[in-house]
Amino acid sequence: MPNPTGNPATPTPAGTPTQVTQGSRTRGGIGESTLRPDGTLKVTGEFAYSSDMWHEDMLWGQILRSTTAHAEIVSIDVSEALAQAGVYAVLTHDDLPTDVTKYGLEYQDTPVLADGVVRHHGEPVALVAADHPETARRAAARIRVEYRELPVVTDETSALADGAPILHPHRDDHHAGHVAHPNIVHRQPVVRGDAAEAARRADVVVTGEYVFGMQDQAFLGPESGLAVPAEDGGVDLYVATQWLHSDLRQIAPVLGLPEDKVRMTLSGVGGAFGGREDLSMQIHACLLALRTGKPVKIVYNRFESFFGHVHRHPARLRYEHGATRDGRLTHISCRIVLDGGAYASASPAVVGNAASLAVGPYAVEDVDIEAVALYTNNPPCGAMRGFGAVQACFAYEAQMDKLAKALAMDPVELRQMNAMEQGTLMPTGQRVDSPAPVAELLRRVKARPLPPERQWESTAGADVRALPGGLSNTTHGEGVVRGVGYAVGIKNVGFSEGFDDYSTARVRMEVVGGQAVATVHTAMAEVGQGGITVHAQIARTELGVTQVVINPADTRVGSAGSTSASRQTYVTGGAVKNSCELVREKVLAIGRRRFGTHHPAWATAELLLEGGKVVTDGGEVLADLAEVLADEAVEIEAEWRHRPTQAFDLVTGQGDGHVQYSFAAHRAVVEVDTELGLVKVVELACAQDVGKALNPLSVLGQIQGGTTQGLGMAVMEEIVVDPKTAKVRNPSFTDYLIPTILDTPTIPVDILELADDHAPYGLRGIGEAPTLSSTPAVLAAIRNATGLDLTRTPVRPEHLTGTP
Amino acid sequence: MDFLRPASWEEALAAKAEHPSAVPLAGGTDVMVEINFDHRRPEYLLDLNRVEPLHDWEVGEENVRLGASVPYTRIMENLRTELPGLALAAHTVASPQIRNRGGVGGNLGTASPAGDAHPALLAAGAEVEVESVRGSRFIPIDAFYTGVKRNAMEPDELIRAIHIKKAAGPQQFSKVGTRNAMVIAVCAFGLALHPDSRTVRTGIGSAAPTPVRAKEAEAFLNAALDEGGFWDSGAVLTPAIARQFATLAAGACNPIDDVRGTAAYRRHAVGVMARRTLGWTWEQYRSTGHALEGAV
Repeated sequence: MPNPTGNPATPTPAGTPTQVTQGSRTRGGIGESTLRPDGTLKVTGEFAYSSDMWHEDMLWGQILRSTTAHAEIVSIDVSEALAQAGVYAVLTHDDLPTDVTKYGLEYQDTPVLADGVVRHHGEPVALVAADHPETARRAAARIRVEYRELPVVTDETSALADGAPILHPHRDDHHAGHVAHPNIVHRQPVVRGDAAEAARRADVVVTGEYVFGMQDQAFLGPESGLAVPAEDGGVDLYVATQWLHSDLRQIAPVLGLPEDKVRMTLSGVGGAFGGREDLSMQIHACLLALRTGKPVKIVYNRFESFFGHVHRHPARLRYEHGATRDGRLTHISCRIVLDGGAYASASPAVVGNAASLAVGPYAVEDVDIEAVALYTNNPPCGAMRGFGAVQACFAYEAQMDKLAKALAMDPVELRQMNAMEQGTLMPTGQRVDSPAPVAELLRRVKARPLPPERQWESTAGADVRALPGGLSNTTHGEGVVRGVGYAVGIKNVGFSEGFDDYSTARVRMEVVGGQAVATVHTAMAEVGQGGITVHAQIARTELGVTQVVINPADTRVGSAGSTSASRQTYVTGGAVKNSCELVREKVLAIGRRRFGTHHPAWATAELLLEGGKVVTDGGEVLADLAEVLADEAVEIEAEWRHRPTQAFDLVTGQGDGHVQYSFAAHRAVVEVDTELGLVKVVELACAQDVGKALNPLSVLGQIQGGTTQGLGMAVMEEIVVDPKTAKVRNPSFTDYLIPTILDTPTIPVDILELADDHAPYGLRGIGEAPTLSSTPAVLAAIRNATGLDLTRTPVRPEHLTGTP
Repeated sequence: MDFLRPASWEEALAAKAEHPSAVPLAGGTDVMVEINFDHRRPEYLLDLNRVEPLHDWEVGEENVRLGASVPYTRIMENLRTELPGLALAAHTVASPQIRNRGGVGGNLGTASPAGDAHPALLAAGAEVEVESVRGSRFIPIDAFYTGVKRNAMEPDELIRAIHIKKAAGPQQFSKVGTRNAMVIAVCAFGLALHPDSRTVRTGIGSAAPTPVRAKEAEAFLNAALDEGGFWDSGAVLTPAIARQFATLAAGACNPIDDVRGTAAYRRHAVGVMARRTLGWTWEQYRSTGHALEGAV
C-alpha cells in the first residue's frame, strides 16, 4: 500500500496531552481519492495476472469441449491422446473421484465433465495434462468423441412444446416443485393491487414487446489458475475468481477433500463483471494436479473464454403501461422471459431481480408481473453486472418514452411525475426507507447544456472522428441526424431474498518500526473495482494509522461473499469498519489500563484514533498509538451482516427482499448516419446517488465503466447464437465487439451523496446502476434521431436502414 | 513447425522454392492470429522480417513501388499525396499497433475479401510484383484475386512489391463496420478519379467472394462524364448520375449473410458509399482539378 504521508509518528512523552487542530483527520482516509496500488502496475504491464503464474515442473491443462449443443455421448476414446509423448493424464467423467460430479451456484446441475450428454456448445467433455500447452492441445484434439445429435431447445416455444426434450429430468432443486414445466428454472410473479381493474381507469395504454441480446462480460484477463498438489493430500489453488469461499464449497466435494485441504488464494484478476462468479477451470486444474501429483496450470484463450463462462441472459419482455390523461401511471403489466441456457447458474436470482425491479423507479400501485428463466441448449447465462434489472430497464424505459409520446408529454416530465421517492412502496410491498432522488437525477442530466451541434465541422473539412463511422470515413455529415434520449433505473444492492449475505474481516494492529500499523485480511476478491484501496482508507479512518497492510485474499480467513451485486464496499467495507471498531475498543482499553491515570479524559471523553494518536473528540491528544500498543498486538476477526432480507412470496412476490436500492439516470446524445445505420454516441451524461463516495475517483471510474458497458450493449455487443443449432457464431474479439476509446463518448458525471442511514458511512453500492440506464438512454436517443421503434438491443445497422 | 529465417531476398526465394508449402510471415497480423486460434498449422513459417528491401518504397514518375512489408503506418505518414486512397484505407486498419506491423503484402497474400487495402488498390490501379527462383512477373491487380482467400500466385512465389499508380486525381475510401475504430469491414468501397485518362475506377471489399471492381458502374459513369463533358466543365454531377452509379455499384456486389452483416445491408451500404465517395471526389476535382489528400 502507498504511504501517503511518509511521516513517522513523532514520539511524545507517554501520557502528555498535547493540542492538535480540532477535527484533524488521518490522511488517506475515506472520502479521499487515494490511488489504487494496482493501478500503475496494470498500466505499465507489470501487474501479475493469474495467467502469468508459473511453477517449476508444472503441467498444462487443456479442456476438450463439445462441438455440438445437444447430443448423447455414444463413446469417448482417449487412447490415442494418452499415447502422446508428454501427456500425463486424460480424464473424463468416468475418472471423477467421488459421487459428487456436479456443481453450481444455486442448483448443483452442472457436470464437472459431461456425463453421457452435452447440453450446450462448448461444454467440457475431457481433460488433458501435458508438459507443454501445445502438446496438451494436440492430445485433446486426438480424443475421439462420438455424438448422437439430439433436438435442440432454443426458446420458450421449443422449451415448453409438447414432447420437448427435458434438459434436466431429475431436478431436485428448491424451485423444482413450483414451476409448471421442468424446462423452467424459476418463475417469480409479483402482484400488487389489481392491474386489470386499474387498466379501466387508464386514458392511454401502450404495449410493447422487446428483445434483449446476449451480452458477454468480455473481461480482458481470460480464465486461468494454478493448482499445486500438497503433501497432505490436499491442493493449493491460485485462481482469479469473484468469491473464493463459494468456489471452495463447490470444489471440495468433487475432489473428495475436506474444505481445509483445498487452500485457495486469489491471484491477479483481469476483470470479472459477474463472469467469474461461476467456476471455470478450478475443479479441472485440481483434478489434474491431484491425479498427476504435479502443479497444473490452465489458461483459456479468448475463444475458449467465450465458452468458459456464463453470459448475460438474453430476454424477451412484453409490457403494458397505462396512464391517465395527466400522465399518472395507472398500472403496469409485464412478462419477462429470460434464457438461462443449459445450466441454472444464477438464473433464480436473475428472475428475482427482474420481477421485483420490473417496473423501474416509479410509484405505481397496481402491477401484474411475471418473470421466468428457461433451460435451453443455448450457452449458459448467469451473473453479469446489473443482472435482471438491466433487461427490465431497457424495456420499461422504452415504454415510458412510448407512453410520453402517446400522451404528448415530455418524456422526462412523465418520468419525474411518476418517480418514486423515499417512502414509496415497491411492487413487492417493501418500503424504500432511504433517499431515492429519481426526479432529481433526471433533472440534473436534463439541465446540462447539450454538446454543440455539428462538432465535426472545421475549416479543414470534416473531422470524421466526430462522425458515425469514425476513421472508416463513411460520412462527412451526409445523412447524419442528432438524437437525445433519457433513462433512469433502479438496482438492488447486495444479495437479496433472505440470503445470509455476510462478510468477514480480520484486522490486526501492532507497532512496526516504532509506528502503529494496521493489517487487514479479508477474502474479498479484488477484481479491479478498487476494494483493497477502500479497505485501507477505512482502516486509516477508523484506526488513525498511516500504514495499512492488505493481506492477500485467501480462504484462511472467513468468507467475504461475492464481489458482485454492487455489494463489496457495503458489506466487506462494513466488515472491515466493524472489525476496526472492535480493534479500536481493545486499543483504548489498553490505553486506559496503561495511561488512564494520566488524564481524566481517558475515562470521560469520546476517544478517537487519529494521525497515529489517541485523541479526544475535542482534539486533545492523549497518547501516541505506538506507546499505547507497545509490544502488544490486537487482532480481531469478525463477521458482519447488513439488515436481513426476506424471500419473495412465490405467488404474490411480496416481501422485503432487498437490502438497498441504487439509482442512476443518463442522458444520451447521439449522431446517427440514417442512411448507413451507423451511430456515434457523442455524450452520455450520468447522475447517480452514491450515498457517500468513499473514494471519489473510484466512484467516477465505476460510473464511467458501467456507462460504457451499457453503451456497448446498445450498439454493438452481442453473442450471436444460431437459432437452428444453438452454436455460438462469434466467439472472438474480431466479431464480438466492445467499445474502443473512439466509441466512448464524453461521460460527465454528477454525483449526489445522500446518506443511507442503514449503510456504513451512508454509502450506496454503485457499480451496477450506471449499466442499467445507459443502454435505454442510447436507444431512446437513436429513436429520437430516426423516428424508428427499435424494440431490440443491440441495434444493428440493418435495423436502422430497413434492410433485412 | 519449422521456422525459416532468410537473411536476404535471394535466400527467401530459395527457401520458398525448397518448401513451397511454407507460409510467409511479415507483420504476422494475419498469420499469427490464425496460428493462435489454431486455424492453421503450417509445416514451415518463412519469416521475411530480415529481408530489408521489402520495407522500402520508391516514388517513381508514374508509380509507387511499395515494398511488400511497408507497414500501414508508413503509408499513412509518407504516401498520402501519392496514394491517397490507400492512405485512407490504411487509416482504417485495426489499431495503431497492428498498423505498425501489417502491410499490403500481407493483405495480398491472405487475399481475404475483407482486406482493407484491396478496394484502394483496385481503384488506383496496381500491379503485384511477384518473384520466384524462376524469375519475376507482374500480376495486374484485376487478375490477382482468384477466389475466397486465393490469389494468382504460384506456390514458389513471394510478393516483392506492389506497383501502384500515383494519384492524378482525387481518391476516396470508405468502410462500414459496426464500431468506430478497430473493426473488420462489413463492406468497403474505394474510388479513384483518373483525370489523365478521364476514367473512374472502383473497388469493393467484403461484398463478394473476392475484392471486385464495380465495372458496370464505372462504365456507366465514364460514359456519362464523357457525354456530359463533365471532365472539361467541372460541372456539378446530376443526382441522377450519382444515383445510377450507386445502384450499379450495389449491383456489382455478390454478398453473403454472415455474423457481421446481411447481404441486403451490404448491397445497400455499398450503394451509399459509392454515391458519397463519388460526391466527395468529384467536388474535390471541381474545386482543385488535381489530386488532393483525402479527408483526415
